[in-house]
Amino acid sequence: MKLTFSLYRYNPDVDTKPYMKDFTLEVPDGSDMMVLDALIKLKEQDPTLAFRRSCREGVCGSDGVNMNGKNGLACITPLSTFKGKKIEIRPLPGMPVVRDLVVDLTQFYKQYEKIKPYLINDEKAPVREHLQSPEERAHLDGLYECIMCACCSTACPSFWWNPDKFIGPSGLLHAYRFLIDSRDTATEERLSELDDAYSVFRCHGIMNCVDVCPKGLNPTKAIGHIKSMLLKRAV
Amino acid sequence: MVTNAASFGRSGVHDYILLRASAVILACYTIFLVGFIACSAPLTFDIWNGLFSSLPMKVFTLITLVALLIHAWIGVWQVLTDYVKHTALRGVLQFTFVVIAFNYLASGIVIVWGV
Repeated sequence: MKLTFSLYRYNPDVDTKPYMKDFTLEVPDGSDMMVLDALIKLKEQDPTLAFRRSCREGVCGSDGVNMNGKNGLACITPLSTFKGKKIEIRPLPGMPVVRDLVVDLTQFYKQYEKIKPYLINDEKAPVREHLQSPEERAHLDGLYECIMCACCSTACPSFWWNPDKFIGPSGLLHAYRFLIDSRDTATEERLSELDDAYSVFRCHGIMNCVDVCPKGLNPTKAIGHIKSMLLKRAV
Repeated sequence: MVTNAASFGRSGVHDYILLRASAVILACYTIFLVGFIACSAPLTFDIWNGLFSSLPMKVFTLITLVALLIHAWIGVWQVLTDYVKHTALRGVLQFTFVVIAFNYLASGIVIVWGV
């Protein structure tokens, strides 16, 4: 089976503007492969093609791209998903393009840094470790699994329009992970940092983040919990 | 923390509460009016005039007009801060929309209390 790809190409050193380039790839009938494997084969055709990848099994979050209009990880998206149609691959939307499918995620990481993604505990350090009950630990499920691939934040219009002010779904998922952690004692400070018109409340719950998350997480639900915590604190 | 001066509420939480509270009032008013029109067929001028002559309806309408002003102010501010990045242009547009919303409120008060 011959599959057609349309890939976003842009090399700022050479090109004046981005363009789409078509490729074809022969895939044996009855077989399937991941989009990343296809990209690696296409790179053999054109070695100048640039994209990020590392673990190739949906754990590192390096190869987030936009495939036929939907963000996802190239390494865990089978070609069969597209049912033989032309596959258009673009970089994650809304981010500055470094080259081809590689985007600059500086703004994404700046927002992540803002939420202080580490445990803060000002109590006297225990002799061995901070203990959690199984129930307290269960609160972290559905939160800690985020691999920061940026698929969610770059699918969010609120993040597109205000990437410097709105934390974004990924950052807020992590923020809630620390807000709900029984070992963290900085809940009040964390909420104070988020208590403005942009950081959290720019989320209007359209759930694009939930739709695209390759790990099946629910940032909208976590953001809802943060809004509830802010509300309880204010009224 | 990001600060904002042009929105109606003083914080994100304030805006969030005001948006939802005003939406409840607007929804109640709409449902009531649609229900009234549906149950009053055929609707005559006397019935309509009688409805708006009563004090509770005047107060309800006034509260709804205020809710509309608040809802529109916050909503327009959110849309403009998303899409209009030029600060001066956004300020002018925000000012224009708020003046229009106040016009609706003032006109509504004069019309309703003139019945």
